[in-house]
Order: sequence, then C-alpha cells, then structure tokens
Amino acid sequence: MWGIEVIFKGKNFLRLLGGLGTALQISLAAVLISIPLGILLGVLMAGKNPVIKAILRVYLDFIRIMPQLVLLFLVFFGTTKVWGWDLSGEVSSVIVFSMWGSAEMSDLVRGSLAAIPKHQYESAQSLGFTPWQTKIYIIIPQTIRRLIPLSINLITRMIKTTSLVLMIGVVEVLKVAQQIIEANRMTAPDAAFGVYLFVFVLYFAACFIPSLLARHLERKWS
Amino acid sequence: MSGLLEIKHLTKRFGDTVILNDINITVNKGEVVVILGPSGCGKSTLLRCINALEDIQGGEILIDGGMIGKGADMSKVGMVFQSYDLFPHLNVLDNITLAPRKVHKRTRADAEEEARELLKRVGLSGKEKSFPRELSGGQKQRAAIVRALIMHPELLLFDEVTAALDPEMVREVLEVILDLARQERTMMIVTHEMQFAKAIADRVIMIDGGSIVEENPPERFFTEPDTQRARQFLETFTYESVRK
Repeated sequence: MWGIEVIFKGKNFLRLLGGLGTALQISLAAVLISIPLGILLGVLMAGKNPVIKAILRVYLDFIRIMPQLVLLFLVFFGTTKVWGWDLSGEVSSVIVFSMWGSAEMSDLVRGSLAAIPKHQYESAQSLGFTPWQTKIYIIIPQTIRRLIPLSINLITRMIKTTSLVLMIGVVEVLKVAQQIIEANRMTAPDAAFGVYLFVFVLYFAACFIPSLLARHLERKWS
Repeated sequence: MSGLLEIKHLTKRFGDTVILNDINITVNKGEVVVILGPSGCGKSTLLRCINALEDIQGGEILIDGGMIGKGADMSKVGMVFQSYDLFPHLNVLDNITLAPRKVHKRTRADAEEEARELLKRVGLSGKEKSFPRELSGGQKQRAAIVRALIMHPELLLFDEVTAALDPEMVREVLEVILDLARQERTMMIVTHEMQFAKAIADRVIMIDGGSIVEENPPERFFTEPDTQRARQFLETFTYESVRK
C-alpha cells in the first residue's frame, strides 16, 4: 500500500538508515565544532571590546541573511572556481553547518549571559566572591541551564537543514529516498508517498527525542 | 573615639549629575542608623558606596579604620538587597553556604550547621532544600538575610528590603531585622516603613537631593523635626480625613 513495501525491498531499508546516518554525522561534526566555537564567540560578543563585537555582529548577520543553500553553493562550487579547492560535498557541508551553528550558538551564549541580572554579580561581590569565583559558581551554572535547551533546539534545526546537502551531491537520507523512488518508478508508482513518509518518520525520530529532552530541561530549570 | 563606619566628605557623581554631596556619617558599633528620604535622593546609592558597588568621586569611607577601595576588609560589610537576589540555581542551604565555603574556606558540615541554626532563627526550618522559586517573597528575603549573616559582617546594610514585598509579608521580614537589633548588631537601614524606622532606629538621617538635611534621634525626628524639609517629608505619610 502507498508504496511502503518498496522500503523493505532489497537493501532499501538499510540504505535509508545509512542516509540518515550521513545526515546525522554531518550534524554531529558541525555540532562538535559549533558548540565550543560558539561559546568562545558568544563570550567575546558579551565582552567589552567594541571592535570584536562589531565584527562578530556582522558575521552573525551575514550568516543569518544568507540562505543555507546559498552558503553551501558558495563553499562547494565557489571555492573550486576561485581557489581551485576540491572540497567534497560532506566537507563543504560540515564547513557551512559549522559556520552557521557557531554563529547561532554565539548569539545564544551572548543572550544567556546578558539575561543574568546585574544583581547576581552584585550580591556575589557583596558576599566576598572574587570575580573568578562569581563566574565559576554563579554565572556559568546559570548560563548553562539556560543554554542547554536552546542548544538542543539548534541541533534539531541543524539536523533538519541537512536535507539541503543533497543539492551539492551528498547522498543523505533524502537523496537515497529519491534514488529508491526513481528505481521503482515502473513497479511501484506510489512509492514517492510511502518512501517520503518513511523519511518523515526518520527525521521525526531524530528531532523529536532531543526536543522532548529540551522541553523537559526547560521546565525543570525555569 | 572612632566609629565602625566613618564616611568623610563623600561625593558621588554619575557624569555631571551629583548624587551624593559631602556626606559625613559616623556609625558606632551596635548602633542602628535609619536613612530616610524621598525616592531618588541618593540613599540607596549611599549604601552601595559603602559596599563598594559604586566608585566614589570624593571623600573617603572607612570600615574599622580600613579605607574602602584601598585595602578595607570588605567581609566586614554585608548587604541585603530589595530584590533578594538569591542564586536561582541553588537551593536555600547552598545559597547560604556557598560563600562561607568558597570565600571563608569553611567545611560544608560546619557551614551547614550554622546555616541551619540561622534558618531556624528566622523561621525557615524545613526550607533548606527548597529552591528560591518555591519560596514566597518574604521567605526569600529572610533567606537572603541569613546568607548575609553567615559571613559574620560587622556592619549590615539593608536597602529597602521590604519594598518589593506584599504588605502581609513585610512584617515577617521586619521582625527578623528587629531581632538583629536586639542582638546589638550594627546596621544601616534604608526603608520607607516609618513605624518600623521609629521602632528600630537609634538615629535617623534624612537625605534629600544628595545631602544630609537632618540627623536626629527618632523621638525627635518623628515628633518635632528641626527642618521644614523633614516635616514636609513626614507629612507625605499621613492623610487627612475626608469624612464630614
């Protein structure tokens, strides 16, 4: 029915899971780069140096204004044309998602730090904490509690957006789905529905579980 | 004799605006000084200067002989704020014991023992494991007082600590402060609670426009103040009946 049987034909099921695996690997690599880099940039954005702040602001706005697809094309095709770099689709994807992730993450960090009331610093100071102790025991724990749910949401957005990387030739879950549908066009004309439905379920599973966790943490710490 | 706190010719400016102008106050050990004055007169800023939360543009502030900003032992001063400012990620017990453990390097057991005693004294036994968001305003403020007390400050500053509270919670907090006065603690209190000020003050200082306009014992200040300005200020707290 609806071409769902196509999913279980041959190695199709495993290929689709493999495609999801590729998407998740790209996301994971980008997350592992984005989070520390984003924290560093966010702390700088919350700091006092106006030049650094202005540069980071421009970087953040640039990344936000550009559609991710344009960034992917720019890195994948653009660097080949101009500098002759031969980046694979996967590497280009990780670069773009790391740029995007670190920019978004830096804004989350900046916002979380700015959301700590001035009085938290003052009451710490009046209790005799040194500036370092204040950061370690009071500011950072509160910032992390704000950040974890926000970062999980960012990660799920990244996972979803990896569906674009098929446009630069990366064989991820959506590309595999297209290939399966093409190959079965004659025998199972309905396959598009069943296969894309399955892709939906895969994305849903990959994003829903972290979303639940984020919501749980948000409620616990609010 | 010299006081525990000596403020000499203190001047505080924000840019060109003068907030405090040539303030001179001496507070002796065991004395309770209440600071009164209209909103924006500089009384909160004065407390913040004493606690080194503001830099000063002139004069000096000495705590037990040490100059603030130049080597004074700031652990001798404790402050309680209007907005409680408990640490939201820590439970009551950890809020109170974090500073003695990290700043005074006391053991957890030692700090917790004292914290429990103090919590009992302010009527918060059983709230040790509660988080600030689970407490009422009055309970939060009492916990914040304990957090300041456990550092054993010689001078306690209270900055409008009941201003953000519902009326029925004001009393439970003020009772705690009255109890501290009975223990002969040295305190400076900024408040708008006139009855409380009358009951607790050894001396009342009224500030207006950044300067001290009157300094008197409460019996005198509240019944026959020396200045017209003080009289005007006190009148704002009384109402004439409109019944015919």
